[in-house]
Amino acid sequence: MNITELTVHELQEKLKNKELTITEITKAYTDRINEKEKDVQAFVTTLTDTALRESEEIQTKVEKGELTGEFAGIPIGIKDNMCTKGIKTTCSSRMLENFIAPYDATVVEKLNKENMINLGKLNMDEFAMGASTEYSYFKKTRNPWNLNKVPGGSSGGSAAAVAANMVPWALGSDTGGSIRQPSSFCGVVGLKPTYGLVSRYGLVAFASSLDQIGPITKDVYDSAMLLNLISGYDEKDTTSSDRKKVDYTKCLKNNVKGLKIGVAKEFFGEGINKEVKSSLQRAIETYKNLGAEIEEFSLDIAQYALATYYIVACAEASSNLGRFDGIRYGYRTKEFKNLRDLYKKSRSEGFGPEVKRRIILGTYVLSSGYYDAYYKKAQQVRTLVMNEFDKAFEKYDVILTPTSPTVAFDIGSKSNNPLEMYLSDICTVSLNIAGLPGISIPCGIDKTGMPIGMQLIGNKFEEETILNAAYTFEQATKFREKYKPGI
Amino acid sequence: MSREDYEVIIGLEVHAELSTKTKIFCSCPTEFGGAPNTHTCPICMAMPGTLPVLNEKVVEYAVKAGLATNCEISKNSKNDRKNYYYPDLPKSYQISQYDKPLCENGEVEIETKDGKKTIRIERIHIEEDAGKLNHDDFGGGSLVDLNRAGVPLIETVSRPDMRSAEEAENYLRKLKSIFEYIEVSDCKMQEGSLRADVNVSVRKKGDTKLGTRTEMKNMNSFKSIVRAIDYEAERQIDVIENGGKIYQETLRWDDVSGKTFSMRDKEDAQDYRYFPDPDLVAIKLSEEYIQNIKNSLPELPESRKQRYLEEYKLSEKDAKLITSSKYLSDLFEEATAICNNAKAVNNWIISDISKILNENEMEPVQIPFNSKQLAKLIILIDKGTISSSIGKKVLAELFNNPRDPEEIIKEKGWIQISDEGAIKDVVLKVLKANPQSIEDYKGGKDKALGFLIGQAMKETKGKANPQMLNKMFLEELKK
Repeated sequence: MNITELTVHELQEKLKNKELTITEITKAYTDRINEKEKDVQAFVTTLTDTALRESEEIQTKVEKGELTGEFAGIPIGIKDNMCTKGIKTTCSSRMLENFIAPYDATVVEKLNKENMINLGKLNMDEFAMGASTEYSYFKKTRNPWNLNKVPGGSSGGSAAAVAANMVPWALGSDTGGSIRQPSSFCGVVGLKPTYGLVSRYGLVAFASSLDQIGPITKDVYDSAMLLNLISGYDEKDTTSSDRKKVDYTKCLKNNVKGLKIGVAKEFFGEGINKEVKSSLQRAIETYKNLGAEIEEFSLDIAQYALATYYIVACAEASSNLGRFDGIRYGYRTKEFKNLRDLYKKSRSEGFGPEVKRRIILGTYVLSSGYYDAYYKKAQQVRTLVMNEFDKAFEKYDVILTPTSPTVAFDIGSKSNNPLEMYLSDICTVSLNIAGLPGISIPCGIDKTGMPIGMQLIGNKFEEETILNAAYTFEQATKFREKYKPGI
Repeated sequence: MSREDYEVIIGLEVHAELSTKTKIFCSCPTEFGGAPNTHTCPICMAMPGTLPVLNEKVVEYAVKAGLATNCEISKNSKNDRKNYYYPDLPKSYQISQYDKPLCENGEVEIETKDGKKTIRIERIHIEEDAGKLNHDDFGGGSLVDLNRAGVPLIETVSRPDMRSAEEAENYLRKLKSIFEYIEVSDCKMQEGSLRADVNVSVRKKGDTKLGTRTEMKNMNSFKSIVRAIDYEAERQIDVIENGGKIYQETLRWDDVSGKTFSMRDKEDAQDYRYFPDPDLVAIKLSEEYIQNIKNSLPELPESRKQRYLEEYKLSEKDAKLITSSKYLSDLFEEATAICNNAKAVNNWIISDISKILNENEMEPVQIPFNSKQLAKLIILIDKGTISSSIGKKVLAELFNNPRDPEEIIKEKGWIQISDEGAIKDVVLKVLKANPQSIEDYKGGKDKALGFLIGQAMKETKGKANPQMLNKMFLEELKK
């Protein structure tokens, strides 16, 4: 048995049957990290030593009957933009290279309460800005299917670590596609929940009205389980929803008969790779065979979503990142003449080029004289996007699109062309704009052997619908059994 | 043209720290003082990833303030970010309200030398205070203290309706007393919990267009505000008279030199890039919520004043002075309830107590003794245990080291002598020592009696009962 290839629900089964111990599981993962990290470069901080120690403590407690939770001793990896008390939270930025938060993010608190084991903090594009994880200050994470390719981003470290079996599952964050696009590139399952389903407290903000934490897992069942763990109202985040908690594993019925799936034709047009298109066509056929009702429709407004996204996200980012000023924490320049100089140099030296680009853009669109033309207009378009989706969901239960227009691209091929990099988000951003949930699951590979992802979009707080649709597809296609990354 | 040809236009932006127990977006205490950075948490220190949660009490207090100043209350309101960099502003933005303040279009009435005048209030909005920089106690550098960061404020913006420093002062006093009455702010100016940005412009009388204004920020004493307005108006008139131009700029008032100085480069106009704070949900208030607050509002100074005129028959002037401060007014009512002598309590407050406050530049809230102690003092006088001149000494002692007046007079040996035998001894002794005065009195000089009583008081160190002295001297002099 290869422990690290198992899903979390399989691990739980083995623990329950005493085929495995918590220590054995953790040991398998720390060995795997020690072996593969030099190739994949998924972690900013590895916690292999403390993880082993914790696993022994938890194992003892479980044996004594002091701990009974079904997630006790299950390892996890966390994207490095979620605060972890006593452990560095860098956002893959020089600005926070040595920053240790004095508190835990709400999601981290929830995992700790389950006595789960943190294997480490995962690499990302600096402050979650990017689509390839090349904008990390520390390292370039590689795609486990082909080490010359990017893993996608910004949660590239999380997706790569799950794909490479270095963690059984991981937390990512998604502002414009940062969970779904890397999941697609790495052939894993990534879910961006409805805005407000998971508390943002302790997630270092990129764009507050768009950011959402979600699971990156090997399969849909694990996705549902991790969503169970992290979702729920948090009094520390007033934008979190106080709706009743549901058990997302209960909705996995392996049945899509009569499910109405809308295929938005705008997502299959120009700019979408041919192989991606045909893979999606086959997925649509699969759904038809499973008894779903498929209909093509037009989501015209989607073409404006990308521009809207970059205005709103950059505007909020320019304000959110103001606190990194070299005064209280984070990077401070060595020499400065006065206060202005301290700000200027600390921020110039502490932030990378993509972050600066977005701060400048955001500052511009909020400036007096430009606010109405950009920020205000973008908010108006945002409302139109929401309305358009509302209309679509009157007819359909699920909207099906590719997750990304392409498969994973070569490292270095887009990092100097921001516009092309931004286009990588074209299929995913409209969900963040509208606050909708979306899941990316693998639906095939291209002829070079790189995975292709399918995105299923649900109405607000309809995670159950898309999880079931994804689960049914997964059970029918068995992607994981057919294809494995080269690493 | 001369000074008289100009009209001074003044508008005030008044910041009042709300007296909620906790800060506006976290649960740290709002208490003044404390060692630097002890009233802080990850949220008010703006640690990465933290989020604000709006304190409901802040909304309630702001709505109270709005209702007490006749504002319309917005049922749909929101928080906005005001972006700028300064080391005392840890998030690099202040959460404030931009285009949808909680309260709008209010007014208050003030007294002027020409009678009553209405000052319009444009808006009252909620926002967070910034921290403080300590410049002096460190070798060359500055230290940031974030205890004050996140303390809730309401900013009350007036229309440019005031025409003199006195009107501005009266308006600010009025606001202060209203906020004290409804108990939303302790308005301690010396601690900075009430401060004003003063906007001043001048124009030729008869002009309808407003002149260019200058702004003096963070003024926290009535005296400085009055001086600063007078100085700044003069300065602007001088500039214009000499063919110069007024620039819209922020000025700093220097109390020592009595002058204003330019604070910022004129070209360096700030662009605050206001936008709605995406971390906070919109503020929605129901009619019922607003009505409940309206019903719970306490009696305001104007109506208290009316009641004092009728119920206690105070003079207009006295009633106004006492009701100008909630603290004085409460002191008056409580002491009166105990000693049942409104007239005496009134007299003590408007003369002796006010005098001591003025001499020491103290605010009424700084009065160290309580209403019980004041009432006791009055009862002791009414019973004849002490004379009113001893009473003044007791009052001074109450300011010094407040305690039970009965204890004070015992300790100091100030109990009035009302024993007939003892008083007779003193009277006889004084008469014997002053034969000339007896002659004078009998020769028709009534003043001589006053002199004799004075001598007797001196002899008893002010403790003799003055009525008894008077009576006994007259009896002896008739003999």
